[in-house]
Amino acid sequence: MIHFVLLLSRQGKVRLTKWYSPYAQKERSKVIRELSGVILARGPKLCNFVEWRGFKVVYRRYASLYFCMCIDAEDNELEVLEIIHHFVEILDRYFGSVCELDLIFNFHKAYYILDEILIAGELQESSKKAVARIIAAQDSLVDTAKEQASSLSNMIAQATK
Amino acid sequence: MNPFSSGTRLRDMIRAIRACKTAAEERAVVRKECAAIRAAVSDNDQEYRHRNLAKLMFIHMLGYPTHFGQMECLKLIASAGFPEKRIGYLGLMLLLDERQEVLMLVTNSLKQDLNHSNQYIVGLALCALGNICSAEMARDLAPEVERLLQSRDPNIKKKAALCSIRIVRKVPDLAENFMSPAAALLKEKHHGVLIAGVQLCTDLCKASSEALGYLRKNCTEGSVRILRDVSNSSYAPEYDISGITDPFLHIRVLKLMRMLGQGDVDASEFINDILAQVATKIESNKNAGNAILYECVETIMGIEATGGLRVLAINILGRFLSNRDNNIRYVALNMLMKSVVVDSQAMQRHRTTILECVKDSDASIRKRALELVCLLVNDTNVKPLTKELIDYLEVSDEEFKGDLTEKICSIVERFSSEKLWYIDQMLKILSEAGNHVKDEVWHSLIVVISNAADLQGYTVRSLYKAFQTSSLQVGLVRVALWCIGEYGEMLVNGAGMLAAEEPVTVTESDAIDVVEVALKSHSSDITIRAMSLIALLKLSSRFPPTSERIRELIIQHKGNFELELQQRSIEFNNIIQKHKNIQSSLVERMPVLDESTYVGRKATDVPAVKPSKANLSGTSLNLQNGVTKPPAASMGDLLDLSSDDVPATKSSTSDFLQDLLGIDLGTPVPSGSAFSGGSDILMDLLSIGSPIPNDSSPPNSVSSSVANSSAVALDKFSSLTSTSSSLSSEALTIDPLRGIEQIIRSPPSTAPIVDLLDGLSNHVSVSGSEKPDFPAITAFESNSLKIAFSFTKLPGRQHDTQIKATFTNKSSNEYTDFIFQAAVPKFIQLHLDPASSSTLPASGKGSITQTLSVTNSQHGQKPLAMRVRMAYKVNNQDLLEQGQITSFPPGL
Repeated sequence: MIHFVLLLSRQGKVRLTKWYSPYAQKERSKVIRELSGVILARGPKLCNFVEWRGFKVVYRRYASLYFCMCIDAEDNELEVLEIIHHFVEILDRYFGSVCELDLIFNFHKAYYILDEILIAGELQESSKKAVARIIAAQDSLVDTAKEQASSLSNMIAQATK
Repeated sequence: MNPFSSGTRLRDMIRAIRACKTAAEERAVVRKECAAIRAAVSDNDQEYRHRNLAKLMFIHMLGYPTHFGQMECLKLIASAGFPEKRIGYLGLMLLLDERQEVLMLVTNSLKQDLNHSNQYIVGLALCALGNICSAEMARDLAPEVERLLQSRDPNIKKKAALCSIRIVRKVPDLAENFMSPAAALLKEKHHGVLIAGVQLCTDLCKASSEALGYLRKNCTEGSVRILRDVSNSSYAPEYDISGITDPFLHIRVLKLMRMLGQGDVDASEFINDILAQVATKIESNKNAGNAILYECVETIMGIEATGGLRVLAINILGRFLSNRDNNIRYVALNMLMKSVVVDSQAMQRHRTTILECVKDSDASIRKRALELVCLLVNDTNVKPLTKELIDYLEVSDEEFKGDLTEKICSIVERFSSEKLWYIDQMLKILSEAGNHVKDEVWHSLIVVISNAADLQGYTVRSLYKAFQTSSLQVGLVRVALWCIGEYGEMLVNGAGMLAAEEPVTVTESDAIDVVEVALKSHSSDITIRAMSLIALLKLSSRFPPTSERIRELIIQHKGNFELELQQRSIEFNNIIQKHKNIQSSLVERMPVLDESTYVGRKATDVPAVKPSKANLSGTSLNLQNGVTKPPAASMGDLLDLSSDDVPATKSSTSDFLQDLLGIDLGTPVPSGSAFSGGSDILMDLLSIGSPIPNDSSPPNSVSSSVANSSAVALDKFSSLTSTSSSLSSEALTIDPLRGIEQIIRSPPSTAPIVDLLDGLSNHVSVSGSEKPDFPAITAFESNSLKIAFSFTKLPGRQHDTQIKATFTNKSSNEYTDFIFQAAVPKFIQLHLDPASSSTLPASGKGSITQTLSVTNSQHGQKPLAMRVRMAYKVNNQDLLEQGQITSFPPGL
């Protein structure tokens, strides 16, 4: 099971956090501080796994961003690396060669995507296309709702003119 | 429009925050935004609610408190539109967790949304439930989720399956409800549903044995079919990862198979074939393939697989181990750890490779490999392995040395059948990484040395040599000090020379140089310094010509701020100066420490993984009990004294005083010792008179207050206290010290017992008159004993009174070892001069006199009061009498 997902910039800034196991607010910031200290300090050729408090943290660096997932000691680390890559590829397709700024300004979209990939700390969908389809469908639902709202307010505006 | 609702868009706020150059600026921006959002919240602003929540989420991510936004989430979730719900659920998952009570309020909205006609809204609700539901919510909403498992839409189905996982994890009792819908999911074609379904089955197997049985019966076939289909499927671009179709599904099915096959021969047999197929077919040149192979090996090791399949698995691991990719090597080591029980012979083949991994530059790999090496050690390979590890210790990273040292020590101890080898290895470790060696480890080394009579000379000489090069390694210095103190003469005379040993010439002053270096080194802690003092004292008797130099070294510490050192310095100086006659018997070699007692105790200590300091001190103090073969009887007696100390020293410091006092209850009074009664009477006074003073103050303050008033009688008290509290590792050296203290005090000495008693005054009537002369009184009288007090006052010193006590024996037996003790209230100071004798002849044919000097600081306000206690022996039987004296003439 994935206990939490963490996106860290190279400067240690948090870009996304998702907690599937209960961690109190204080605990969360402590975890982030601890892990960013460990992970950002690791050299490029080392393995992508860090043993931490009886768990394992699998991380992978993409440009300036570290994608980290914390799993149980007996989970398959290599598979988690693939899950991270899966997530990154979907982000990449959605944003069109994703960069850190996309994830900062559209952090909520990144969360929506993550919610289509993981639930309860388990993988939900192995098809990138399926995820893209569902996200697109929901985005269009939002757009329609917005259009309706604006046309409604136009109509009200016109009526009250 | 509401003037307070913030006009900035989410994008603008993020930009503003990013533009901040300092943390203070950022805080200011966030504070402003939060204020605006709070205002909007209290105005119940609807238009910008979702934007405000989005802002709050960003602020939350930066680590600022955002609890005031929690209710906003609930309001958004309760609204009708999809966009509001979407952001509301996102906020709910980010800002809340399952432990917040607010979450319960959302149960109803969730229930409605789970029954919504829009599949995406159902999806949102399932996702939120799956990510943060609490046990209560799980119970409430389980029926809805169960129903959704039968939905026709794969998107809902897979989400419901994952949601069920969360529910079953929170409430395992519900597992039975989910087993048949879960089994049905395995018949699906959609990969998302399959992945979620397989995972649900795995979790159900973990949660309930009933579900495991059911799924074993109904799903074994299905899982084999899924794995066969996915592994044989032709190229499927949607699921393809580096040439393999859906590795995620592969891995999840393999995991489920492990659950199903574990401990079940039939199920295992059923899946053997497909496992063999996967293990041989999957390419291992990409991470995805390796991930599957890794899972496959784990499943083969987990189930009742055939021998051939196991060999296949071990071979895969062997391939992994020689892979250049660190990730692969890491998982291989990890896997080998698990399989070492299954097939340790096959593991031995990879020993060299594993040993190489210990020296890897990657900390994760090193750690794994080191653990694995420890599992691989056996009688035949222990020597080369230890040599390799110790060699590596020299060059390893500083932060890895702790782990490495611990493991090497445990290996060396485990295989310590050859004492010479064990001592040699330990000395190497101590000189390389003595700072990382745990106290128990060097303690047990000392136990071994003390038992190996033929190696003591060799050991002390090796330690002397090692000290020359590694004098900064704490562990080494301690062991060296102990050994030089004990076996100093072997260092000089070269006794017990081994055949292969290189002779060294050490003079007596060289040996003392070593101790001096340790004593004066700035890096030495109090334990080392204390041990140095002991070593010096011991050497002073081993090398009589140097005793003047030693005394000078010792006396330098008479003003040390550390009570322990100060006390030792003063006492040892006295021994060297004034008690030459008993010195040599005092510092006789330590009796052999009993190994079996020590090992037994260690074994019982093992369950406590990391013994606390208090525990440690208990352990080391225990060592004294190990002394069961005393060479000198007198020493043995004294050592036995402490036998009741052990449980007490383990207790917390706050009731230390009490404990220490309690200890002496069980302590036999040693013959001829004047002091032990000192604490006895204290104990009495404390338990009878008043609530224990100083109860809450740390023990050190107690001991120092006692010591400062030049108390000698309470020294045992203080030394015990300070020793146990600050010198846990010091215990090995305590025994001789203890003995010494007792003997020092044998000449009946002064016993100013102060500060610990009050509350006696109310028994005494106050008298205002003053007389120049005071009548003598009979202070105490029983059937066997009479005490008379006569008083003299020095002119001009009203506060001071000299009391001459005369003891008379009324019985027909002679009293031996007579000790008189007295205690007075706080405002009085008492000084006892030595008694005229310790033997009281029978039937009043003689008497003992003793002078007491009393200073009444409240002269004229409060009268004198005193408690007394007499301990003596009749026909070698201990007798004790005590009483209270309130009949002092008024005006004293």
